[in-house]
Amino acid sequence: MPEVLTAEEWQAVALSLRVSFWATLLSLPLGIFVAYALARWEFWGRQVLNGLVHLPLILPPVVTGYLLLLTFGRRGYVGQFLDQWFGIVLAFRWTGAALAAAVMAFPLMVRAIRLAIEAVDPKLEQAAGTLGASRGWVFLTVTLPLILPGIVAGAILAFAKAMGEFGATITFVSNIPGQTQTLPSAIYAFLQVPGGEAQAFRLVLVAIVVAMGALLLSEWVSRAVARRIAGG
Amino acid sequence: MTLEVALFHRFGGFTLEAGFEAPAGVTALFGRSGSGKSTVINAVAGLLRPERGRIAVEGQVVLDSAAGRMVPAHLRRMGYVFQDGRLFPHLTVRQNLLYGRWFAPKGPGVPFERIVDLLGIGALLGRRPGGLSGGEKQRVAIGRAILSNPRLLLMDEPLAALDEARKAEILPYLERLRDELSLPILYVSHSVAEVARLATTVVLLDSGRVVAAGPVGEVLADPGVAPAMGLREAGAVITARMAAQEADGLSRLDHAGGAIYLPRVAAPVGAALRLRILARDVMLAVERPTGLSALNILAGVVEEVRAGEGPGALVRVRVGEEALLARITQRSARALELAPGRAVFAVLKAVSVAQADVGGPSAGAVRDFPASDGIV
Repeated sequence: MPEVLTAEEWQAVALSLRVSFWATLLSLPLGIFVAYALARWEFWGRQVLNGLVHLPLILPPVVTGYLLLLTFGRRGYVGQFLDQWFGIVLAFRWTGAALAAAVMAFPLMVRAIRLAIEAVDPKLEQAAGTLGASRGWVFLTVTLPLILPGIVAGAILAFAKAMGEFGATITFVSNIPGQTQTLPSAIYAFLQVPGGEAQAFRLVLVAIVVAMGALLLSEWVSRAVARRIAGG
Repeated sequence: MTLEVALFHRFGGFTLEAGFEAPAGVTALFGRSGSGKSTVINAVAGLLRPERGRIAVEGQVVLDSAAGRMVPAHLRRMGYVFQDGRLFPHLTVRQNLLYGRWFAPKGPGVPFERIVDLLGIGALLGRRPGGLSGGEKQRVAIGRAILSNPRLLLMDEPLAALDEARKAEILPYLERLRDELSLPILYVSHSVAEVARLATTVVLLDSGRVVAAGPVGEVLADPGVAPAMGLREAGAVITARMAAQEADGLSRLDHAGGAIYLPRVAAPVGAALRLRILARDVMLAVERPTGLSALNILAGVVEEVRAGEGPGALVRVRVGEEALLARITQRSARALELAPGRAVFAVLKAVSVAQADVGGPSAGAVRDFPASDGIV
């Protein structure tokens, strides 16, 4: 049986999966928190936060990548701090790719979760309060289960977005095979080389399969949850 | 228990300034929509912070704005039954019922099985709220509130969202709760019929103020209060004891004012029955009427005559320990020289009885007996 993917291609796919996985997982708690704050709290600077969250969606990805480089690069304020105190270097590492992917996917994740939170009737949470549940318990036992479909949808959307992230990633962490060469970067690289179309095409197929898989999975999960809630 | 409430709250041009005490039993907070009932009950529950006020349950202060004290809702232990049920859609009926148990202090509460049995929801335990009927949802909501082991049960028009058939289905359960659990209830309603049937104490709110408060029999028989309730619905509540089942199919009930005959009531001898007598169904006579088809004639003494704005007048008649309310014309009042102290006979054209605690809820508990002995 011929190899489906070469080692180099497989490396790019595996890296993309790893980057997307961690980007999604680590931004999820913050995403839920920000979505909750935007949906439920009235506070000074709410619109500013909203704008900030959505900025990566409307900025050219190159700009986002460059801003990340300025901030988290070895000479950036945060980058220097992380390097000196924790020995964490993000620029030109796969961790940097995960950061870039997380930032780019964040608005999609927050949007999906925020919609789910806004659909929860606050009266249910009030009722839970009269039954003795403190705010934290109300969130864990009522709000969280009810927004679970939104969280799953947001996470899958963010994962798919992270898999496809290109502009900010290549600007921030470049395109180093085995280090920062994600699936889209690899496709781009193959297309720059004469005769690389076949390799690029195989990766394109992988990208399509992953994207479709993510979509179907999110559909299936939200339906399963809806059925569970509606069922007598 | 006693619940002490004193509130001052303003919002959107409306001022609520209400104070009352609720003894044990069912206290009905009664008034038209917009009279401030919901504001009061939400303040008691802790869902609303009034501008000023003091609320105490059994002497324990849960709100004292002067001292800057406000116990948050989840620590107040007030079971709240909302008009719209508010069951958790992601939990089964059983999980909904047990939700409050998690947070309730450990101790002797009402056993789960007893409540499930009392409310007739045993068959629903495994289901989710999405598939329940309105009446079933409301019964589960009531059970959920009680099982959170509250000090006080708050009910905000729990029947308002239901049609007549569903109301009739739930009322008997509420009566059983009132009679079998020693849980005090604050019951918000704008239905005189519900108040007459369930309440032991009535607090009447009008435009944010308490206009009357007291035992249900006294408030409902107060001619000064009746107009605020709506004249069509005005009427007193009296309690009579089941005396005997007569051979002709009637039941005889004993009351201090005389015997009351009703088409067969399925209650054991000695049972106390709550009778509601609308003011418009009471005629007054200064001598015991004879040659009249009416069976139910109670002897009493006029206590108060109050002329209405139109040609009508409301008369309160003391009958034994209790009082009846009669709505007659001012012309008749003058002709009969009705004044406080005058002995009269009240002819009852119709009596309705709620006999829920007798036949059991499944037996279609409410039976109204319009014109039990024929219109006179």
